[in-house]
Amino acid sequence: MADVTFTVDGKKLMAPAGTLLIDACRKAGIEIPAFCYYPGLSLQAACRMCVVRQEKVPKLQTACTTTVAEGQVFVTESPEIAQARKATIQLLLGNHPLDCPVCDAGGECELQDMTFKYGAGESLYVEAKQHREEQQWSPAVYFDRPRCILCYRCVRMCGEGMDVYALGIQNRGVTSVIAPNGGDHLDCEQCGMCIDACPVGALTSGSYRYKTRPWEMNHVSTVCTHCGDGCKVTLGVKQSNDGTEIVRADNRDKSGINGDFLCAKGRFGFDFVESSERLTKPLVRNAAGKLEPTTWEHALRVAGTKLKEIRDNQSGKTGGGDAIGVIGSNRTTNEENYLLQKFARTVLGTNNIDHDRSTDYVSFVQALAGHEGKIATLRETASAPAILLIGGNPTEEHPLLAWNLRTNVRLNHARLYVVNHETIKLERQAKAAQGVPPNGYKDVTTLLDQQQSEFAKAVMAEDSLLIIFGQEFRGAQLKSLVAWGLNRGNVRFAYLGDHSNSRGAADMGLLPDLLPGYVPVGEAGAFAQEYSGLPVKAGKSQAQIFDAAREGKLGALLVVGANPAKRAGVDPANLNGAFVIVLDLFPTETTALADVVFPAASLYEKTGTVTNTFGDVQLVKKAADHAGTKPDFEILVRLAGSMGVDVKTLVPFGKGGAVGDFGQSRGAQAGEADRHAVWLTANGLEPKVSPFDPLAVLDEIERLVPAYKLDRLNLFAGNDVSTEPGFVPVSAIASAGSEMIAPAHDGLFTSGELGRHSAYLSELNQYESRELAETAAD
Amino acid sequence: MSPKESNTETMSIFSPQLSARFDVLVAKYPVKRSALIPMLLYAQDEIGYLSDAVIAEVAERIGITQLDVRNVATYYSMLRFKPAGKFNIQVCTNISCMLRGAYELYERFQDELHIGHKGVTSDGVFSLEEVECIGVCCWAPAIQVNYAFHDELTPNDVPKIISEYKSKANGSVKNA
Amino acid sequence: MPRLVSHPDEVKIVTKRFGMGAANIDKYMELGGYESLKKCIAEGPEWVINEMKSSGLRGRGGAGFPTGLKWSFVPKQSAKPKYVLVNGDESEPGTCKDHLIFLHDPHAVIEGTMIAGLAIGAKTGFIYLRGEYRYLLEITEKAVADAYEKGILGKNVLGSDFEFNVITQSGAGAYEVGEESALMESLEGKRGVPRIKPPFPAVVGLYGGPTVINNAETIASVPHVISMGGAAYAAVGSERNGGTRLFGLSGHVERPGIYELPMGYNLKKMIYEVGGGVRGGRKLKAVVPGGSSTPVLLPEEIENLGMDFDQVGKAGSMLGSGGVVVIDDQTCMVEFALRTISFYAHESCGWCIPCREGTDWLKKSLTRFHAGFGTEKDIDNIQYLAENMMGRTFCPLGDAAAMPTIGFVKKFRKEFEDHLNGKPCPFAKHVELAVV
Ligand SMILES: Cc1cc2nc3c(=O)[nH]c(=O)nc-3n(C[C@H](O)[C@H](O)[C@H](O)COP(=O)(O)O)c2cc1C
Ligand code: SF4
Ligand code: FES
Repeated sequence: MADVTFTVDGKKLMAPAGTLLIDACRKAGIEIPAFCYYPGLSLQAACRMCVVRQEKVPKLQTACTTTVAEGQVFVTESPEIAQARKATIQLLLGNHPLDCPVCDAGGECELQDMTFKYGAGESLYVEAKQHREEQQWSPAVYFDRPRCILCYRCVRMCGEGMDVYALGIQNRGVTSVIAPNGGDHLDCEQCGMCIDACPVGALTSGSYRYKTRPWEMNHVSTVCTHCGDGCKVTLGVKQSNDGTEIVRADNRDKSGINGDFLCAKGRFGFDFVESSERLTKPLVRNAAGKLEPTTWEHALRVAGTKLKEIRDNQSGKTGGGDAIGVIGSNRTTNEENYLLQKFARTVLGTNNIDHDRSTDYVSFVQALAGHEGKIATLRETASAPAILLIGGNPTEEHPLLAWNLRTNVRLNHARLYVVNHETIKLERQAKAAQGVPPNGYKDVTTLLDQQQSEFAKAVMAEDSLLIIFGQEFRGAQLKSLVAWGLNRGNVRFAYLGDHSNSRGAADMGLLPDLLPGYVPVGEAGAFAQEYSGLPVKAGKSQAQIFDAAREGKLGALLVVGANPAKRAGVDPANLNGAFVIVLDLFPTETTALADVVFPAASLYEKTGTVTNTFGDVQLVKKAADHAGTKPDFEILVRLAGSMGVDVKTLVPFGKGGAVGDFGQSRGAQAGEADRHAVWLTANGLEPKVSPFDPLAVLDEIERLVPAYKLDRLNLFAGNDVSTEPGFVPVSAIASAGSEMIAPAHDGLFTSGELGRHSAYLSELNQYESRELAETAAD
Repeated sequence: MSPKESNTETMSIFSPQLSARFDVLVAKYPVKRSALIPMLLYAQDEIGYLSDAVIAEVAERIGITQLDVRNVATYYSMLRFKPAGKFNIQVCTNISCMLRGAYELYERFQDELHIGHKGVTSDGVFSLEEVECIGVCCWAPAIQVNYAFHDELTPNDVPKIISEYKSKANGSVKNA
Repeated sequence: MPRLVSHPDEVKIVTKRFGMGAANIDKYMELGGYESLKKCIAEGPEWVINEMKSSGLRGRGGAGFPTGLKWSFVPKQSAKPKYVLVNGDESEPGTCKDHLIFLHDPHAVIEGTMIAGLAIGAKTGFIYLRGEYRYLLEITEKAVADAYEKGILGKNVLGSDFEFNVITQSGAGAYEVGEESALMESLEGKRGVPRIKPPFPAVVGLYGGPTVINNAETIASVPHVISMGGAAYAAVGSERNGGTRLFGLSGHVERPGIYELPMGYNLKKMIYEVGGGVRGGRKLKAVVPGGSSTPVLLPEEIENLGMDFDQVGKAGSMLGSGGVVVIDDQTCMVEFALRTISFYAHESCGWCIPCREGTDWLKKSLTRFHAGFGTEKDIDNIQYLAENMMGRTFCPLGDAAAMPTIGFVKKFRKEFEDHLNGKPCPFAKHVELAVV
């Protein structure tokens, strides 16, 4: 809509006609108080805090419902308005407990702030306050009725925002009360969004309540470690006996890619970090065959010596780089993944590197090769006018995407089309839905092309499409879908993968045949020059590594943050004595097979970047410390060190050896200058002083992987920056290995190993399955 | 959760007549949900109060959640969630009635029935309620027994009213 | 059965068929019923709206908005169906006029609804009755069924190509549902919480369609306006207040009842001549002129007060629903104030803070105050609270609670002071006020 000019407190403001006054003011830095108003949710005008005076209008108007029009004149602060707000607060406080010091929301309470601002400190009310016992509605949600100010944010958040409708309002007048759908308990997705939305201490979080005061915590914004959406999560951390402890996870500043949203896993699933089962000491298998705690030095020496020995033993059948296998992680940072493959390829001398492939990003990237600007960011899912969702179940597996799609439909009237072999919840938002048999996804494009159904006609009538597809698509089928879309034009894609850095694992080359950026090992280009000793032959995949072990051809196996023994069902006997080194947070089926185990830090205890399944890169900030553990990055660097490697070749820290003169005579092309140092200087970046600084590797990633030319200003400001995967030369396409994909399909309360060790998630999982069992029994 | 889909043929807890009436009601309005409030009232008339079973079936018939039904039902003061007496005596004490002796009337009912506000006699025949204006102010003071009005009353009329209804109850007349 | 009364000063227009068995459709038609509808079908919508405008008929639900003007706000073209909605929620204490209309002349409501529908281009009308009026609902439903049978309602109304349907609906006990947008919510099967305005019902109303909502008395007046002609109807009333009104005299008056008197009729005369004066020859202490939400008037304020929207407004109160509550000198005004505010506390929908918390707080303060535990400061606090509710609430219910309260404190401060410091209520009749 066209812009209009209006006056607020003497200032001329401009905004599109029809903008809500409260939004227009907030944008201009004029804060208007409100309890019930919540951007993006339906309007209430119930709290009456946002009252303002509009010229020529007899009554005070609510800024949350007034839309701006040309020439209007408003006053938002005056004695009259202050009095109105003060009286409203006085009325609220009449029945509201005044025990802020013991309230869970003390220090983070909008009512407290307003009271402070409008000075309603003196109590006019002498009647006894209504006391009521607090109620536990679920393991996640507690309700303290007298604190509730009936702003209805939770009800709308749950209904409109989550499409769950688990909260209602019962009774009327002063007996009105927020009520859960189960009578005395909540049967819902346990997302905790109601807690986030609550402006006071009425709804509190089972995982956090009464643990500490908000001002006693440090609040660190980082990226959630669970699913492939990558929400920004704020961790509240406190000093503890063994480092710093994460006391809370929430969505405090709402500045992330996830806007207002955070799901149960992000909010409650942080406690695996404090699990008593965490590994905190390196373990080495002793003579008696038992894993025994030891020092870092000893463990590193044992592991390093063994790796070196096997690598350097060129004679035996279990010798040389080819006798070593490396398996990386879907949850470690890009820098760690990059470092791991570099370590494998340049130090161990092997391309036998892989990861637990839950998503066929390789095929995806290959399908898009040569086509730029075809990949959709996660943010676009909240604004695209037409979306075709084929396969997948975002509500369960990609909660933020589901939120974005719902919000997009609700606020922008986006048209959502759903194709699935099951009934998925998002069909409630869909303009049209089309069922297919479980093996019928391959026929979807034909079905659309034929335009025989209303569904196909509607989809084909769209000018532009955002095609989001699930892991039902792999290999040739995926490629044909993408080809179909590319052929249509004005189509962008998103591919739904499993874990917090599955995309990063593939992007960073945890693949036997592809280097970072999906560069084939056989046509290594710049990598060939930089990676000394890079084997040119494609290595073994995870399955092939275990095949080799079965045949007695595997000398050593290095596993970082993965549990192949469980996921790939490895029989210990089949390892045939291969030397196994594992870096992990917890004892797993794989650590049980290990000869050396290193206790690793979680994503919440390190710095780096991760890439979500949409290719958005975000900064991971170290929030906590867990005594005894180290980030995988540091462990790998030290492991290399223990093998006698000059770690500078692995992590380009400090000033380079050769001082590049940038001269044409010698120049970078001559291969003698420290390319990294040259690049750093050329890009005005500082050399890193520590070999454990992942950012040194980020510099290298940026330098070598064209897709990761990151907007650092934005990245370090805590924003998501997108990457572009369509850079692989079409000529270079190798086999994708799509037959190796095994999706994890984690749901709302599961998250692989991490989920198993999160007491809260396990509790929520149990609670909800009990609910389901009960409902099914009716 | 989404409105529960009916996967089992559940038997109605309502009489065939009322069921039939409900079938007509849900088809009567441009939007099914408009039938909700009258349905709740009629269900209460038959069952006596809005039991969990009533709420579940009404939700099912309209296709909304039980929570939604409760949200609405708890708003309206004529709807109740506990059984009342067979004859629910509602005494208006609002201003017009108050000025003409409604409290004396109400007290007399309390004395005669030995129950107070929202009380039910032990034989379950009567319940008593002090209510807001029932729209008979010009013929005050007035009461409503179930849906029947009695107006221009004095406390001395109370015994007669009570015995009249008592005999109806004995004659096993279902809800008057 | 509500007793009918009469007085020579009455001008029987709306009540003219009362007591004549007009609930029976044949009787109704014999008495000239549905003739106005015929005329309107012949003359067309434009003409109807003009007649309504010239009649000076103002809404009888309380706010007194000119009916013809309201109808003219409905857009001619609309993608969604338009509706007429008859407000028979009648719940304002002191008000029971619509009760008699539904009892004695339900077809007048149906006929008025149809005329309104014709005027705005609606095909469906809803008649919403408060849940307590079950027997009136049954009478009305019967009337509707009869009208269908006679071909008056349905596809070809009276043989014309005008189609109109009437659907009846019952509430279930909620005063707030009388507010027009809350009524629509309730009719849609929801909690009776009012809607944000704008949009106004004339543009976005019931089921999202343009809707005219009128009080039952307003609607029942329509056929008479048509049959008399707008100008003749207007002439019966006072300036800018056309026609007659059903005044409900209640409280301490000798002959309570519903009287149809011309707009602008003198209030003092209404009490003393029509109503036969204060019961038992007592002295008049105060009058609530238009239902419990209208500020109380003192005897000296009613001397020359003509009962129409403008004059009562000028006197600092409101004509409201026309329910005149007469209060004698033996009444405790603190108790009266308490009973009034208890009602609003009970009926507040709870949506907005000032009304939800304010009514509760006022009720609690007044309860304590009346029980003799009040302090000087309470009187000011009560006034402060009420004044801070005024104009700040989501819908007018907050005002309806605050306005009379302010009036009671201002005009009867002395009586409040008489309750201070544990003094027993000077008018105590019963030990303790039971509180709903
Ligand atoms: C709290 C509240 C209660 C109301 N109750 C009624 C009512 O019971 N009956 C009624 O006709 N109007 C009632 N009204 C007025 C209606 O909102 C509306 O103005 C009226 O029905 C319009 O009809 P009219 O123009 O014919 O008066 C009430 C208004 C408010 C704010
Ligand atoms: S936890 Fe989530 S789904 Fe449950 S009530 Fe709160 S917002 Fe709704
Ligand atoms: S005051 Fe009792 S019926 Fe109106």
